[in-house]
Amino acid sequence: MTTPSDLLYSETEDELRSAVRSLLTDRCDATQVLARAESDAPHDGDLWKTLAADMGLAGLLVPESLGGQGATHREAAVVLEELGRFVAPVPYLTSAVIATETLLGCGTPAADELLGALASGRSIGALALPLSTGPSASYAEIEEKDGRLTGRVTAVADAAAADVLLVVAGGGLYAVETASDGVTVTAQTPLDLTRPLAAVTLDSAPGRLLTADASAAVRRGLRAGAGLLASEQLGLADWCLTETVAYLKTRHQFNRPVGSFQALKHRLAELWLETVHARAAARNAADALATASDEAPLAASLAQAYCSPVAVHAAEEALQLHGGIGMTWEHPVHLYLKRAKADAIALGSAGAHREIVAELVDLRAP
Amino acid sequence: MSDAAELVRRTQEFLAAHPPASTAAEAFLEARFDAGLAWVHYPEGLGGLGAPRALQAVVDAELEAAGAPPAVGPSLNGIGLGMAAPTILAFGTEEQKRRFLRPLWLGQEIWCQLFSEPGAGSDLAALGTRAVRDGEDWIVTGQKVWTSGAHNARFAILIARTDPDLPKHRGITYFVCDMTDPGVEVRPLRQITGEAEFNEVFLTEVRIPDAHRLGEVGEGWKVAQTTLMNERVAIGGARLPREGGMIGPIAATWRERPELRTRDLHQRLVELWVEAEVARLTGERLRQQLVAGHPGPEGSGMKLTFARLAQQISGLEVELQGEEGLLYDDWTMRRPETVDFLGREAGYRYLRAKGNSIEGGTSEVLLNIVAERVLGLPSEPRTDKDIAWKDLSR
Ligand SMILES: Cc1cc2nc3c(=O)[nH]c(=O)nc-3n(C[C@H](O)[C@H](O)[C@H](O)COP(=O)(O)OP(=O)(O)OC[C@H]3O[C@@H](n4cnc5c(N)ncnc54)[C@H](O)[C@@H]3O)c2cc1C
Repeated sequence: MTTPSDLLYSETEDELRSAVRSLLTDRCDATQVLARAESDAPHDGDLWKTLAADMGLAGLLVPESLGGQGATHREAAVVLEELGRFVAPVPYLTSAVIATETLLGCGTPAADELLGALASGRSIGALALPLSTGPSASYAEIEEKDGRLTGRVTAVADAAAADVLLVVAGGGLYAVETASDGVTVTAQTPLDLTRPLAAVTLDSAPGRLLTADASAAVRRGLRAGAGLLASEQLGLADWCLTETVAYLKTRHQFNRPVGSFQALKHRLAELWLETVHARAAARNAADALATASDEAPLAASLAQAYCSPVAVHAAEEALQLHGGIGMTWEHPVHLYLKRAKADAIALGSAGAHREIVAELVDLRAP
Repeated sequence: MSDAAELVRRTQEFLAAHPPASTAAEAFLEARFDAGLAWVHYPEGLGGLGAPRALQAVVDAELEAAGAPPAVGPSLNGIGLGMAAPTILAFGTEEQKRRFLRPLWLGQEIWCQLFSEPGAGSDLAALGTRAVRDGEDWIVTGQKVWTSGAHNARFAILIARTDPDLPKHRGITYFVCDMTDPGVEVRPLRQITGEAEFNEVFLTEVRIPDAHRLGEVGEGWKVAQTTLMNERVAIGGARLPREGGMIGPIAATWRERPELRTRDLHQRLVELWVEAEVARLTGERLRQQLVAGHPGPEGSGMKLTFARLAQQISGLEVELQGEEGLLYDDWTMRRPETVDFLGREAGYRYLRAKGNSIEGGTSEVLLNIVAERVLGLPSEPRTDKDIAWKDLSR
């Protein structure tokens, strides 16, 4: 038997969690998130600066030698749990996890240089693929000619906040500054208002080659993204459960708290159990990624296959159990529902991850 | 008037007298009401002929085949047609029936439902909007919420508390409220789809004539039961062709977009298709039972299945869309004229369907009703039945 992964939270991780949570409690409450979601500036740049630069959280996955914190996926996962709990509109998953991990997979001086910029929070990066792309999915490439890139990618998460895009073209990976000539980033209308999407159009845009073989680096980035997205989903589910439990203790109908009806107690107890399982799956993925275990691909897909539906279920239950108020724009539960539903498509659906799991554990489809 | 052939003959005579091709739509519908072909099971003179309800389908088929203008549908006046009308028919005075039913059916007057309050949703009988008698009028003050379509409505069905000293079910009276009266204020309440289909309605010393009371003073809860029963049938009970409901759009997408297909989605889609088709057959069977004169208890369950399937199917549809499922068509706040569960795109359908298990009684409450009234299981111990409304905990 292989040694089991460490599924607990360390003391440092707990401290990190409380630091992030107290910041978000102050700066990212539901009213602020909702107001921002509909504004012209859907990303919270100030909050990002505090998280990324002041607290150094953008560089958790980056070795100190490259200007990062030299921490691991375990700590990044804790940050994501909290960001999920607040549906925070910051490009953490996209820049500090997916783009960062993709660059780590390049192992070239050009990529290393960019890692320093991302790790310090000076720059925001985004992998220019549709957010729905999973680690084993095929994707369309951009056309490349003499280092000039032409083409279009849609549903790119956080592209509107990004300074640099990682673009797959002609088999290679290129860095494209969003400020360059020939780059147009157009906001799309997202289902999840807290993770803005954009269409990226490149018209002979200048690209810096990061690696001639993008494939392995991109898969690595998407896999880490999928594995850690599970922690965001866990945080989101946990918020939905906690909030609903609290509401049902105080909401009275029929001369008693609604939470005293056994039918609802059982529903919430079931949901609690789901979050217990989700936590084990998410921790397992974070640990496997942190230790670069052979099991990492399985752990990441296992976590996605399990946590995706749990987050959606938690948000759907939260809405239903709030009754009419859950259907209103002013109550935050819809932000969580929309995030959960978009997360279920992001980085491969649960079904796509079940297929990966099946392949890896030799349970082939008929 | 219980014979299908007789109704076909009447409908044909009517069509001959009012050829759809040369009759203006409104005039045609007015004539149709007056000929008793609007809702054949209503009494003569009130849009019907006292025929069995099931025979409406015969009339509708004839009219449709002749290219008749369609009647105003439930998407515009669902509360009027599905809830207010049957309640007025059952409890209204002759004068009320004459005054309200014709313009209601014609869609000239839209109705809304002033039932739920911030503190009284599932426990509707706990409502606190007060109605106090003042000569020939009632003075009504309180707040209602989630009022669908109040912004388009001319009239509302309203329940209010007329005696706070009685236990909650006994101190309620049912009224028709004129939404244009002074003291009625409608504020949009935006919902998760981005639209404001429903509203908050503030009633401040609204004067409702006693002539607009439906049923006896203090009997409002009984009257409201008729409304609620009809609401549940109206929400889940539409007659549909195969793939006529929520399953239609996803089936179409599946057929048109082979690149979206996966084995996993396929299994789930077919499973839901089977459930949707079986639900449709259950509805059909229910209608046949009605025609045969023995309505079954299955009706209570139809809205439950409708809501669950609408949510599961639209949820799968968003997933099937993949990258496009990450997008939404439009978050702009607007106040729609109609209610349409299938309208717009997958993301809208998914979000709107969330309301289906809340509006018209939540699924949890409906399950309790099935358990207690259909299965005869004992109810949970209740502490609220015999205390005066004013002494209830909130
Ligand atoms: C889209 C939409 C349109 C609507 N339109 C109208 C309208 O036009 N007019 C109108 O009057 N109202 C309307 N409503 C209001 C609707 O009828 C109420 O929201 C509904 O009855 C639930 O009440 P509530 O919101 O107060 O939830 P609550 O009653 O507070 O319920 C909260 C949760 O507790 C559960 N619960 C409550 N009691 C029990 C129990 N005994 N056992 C188990 N679980 C229980 C509920 O199922 C729910 O999940 C609308 C609602 C929606 C969402």
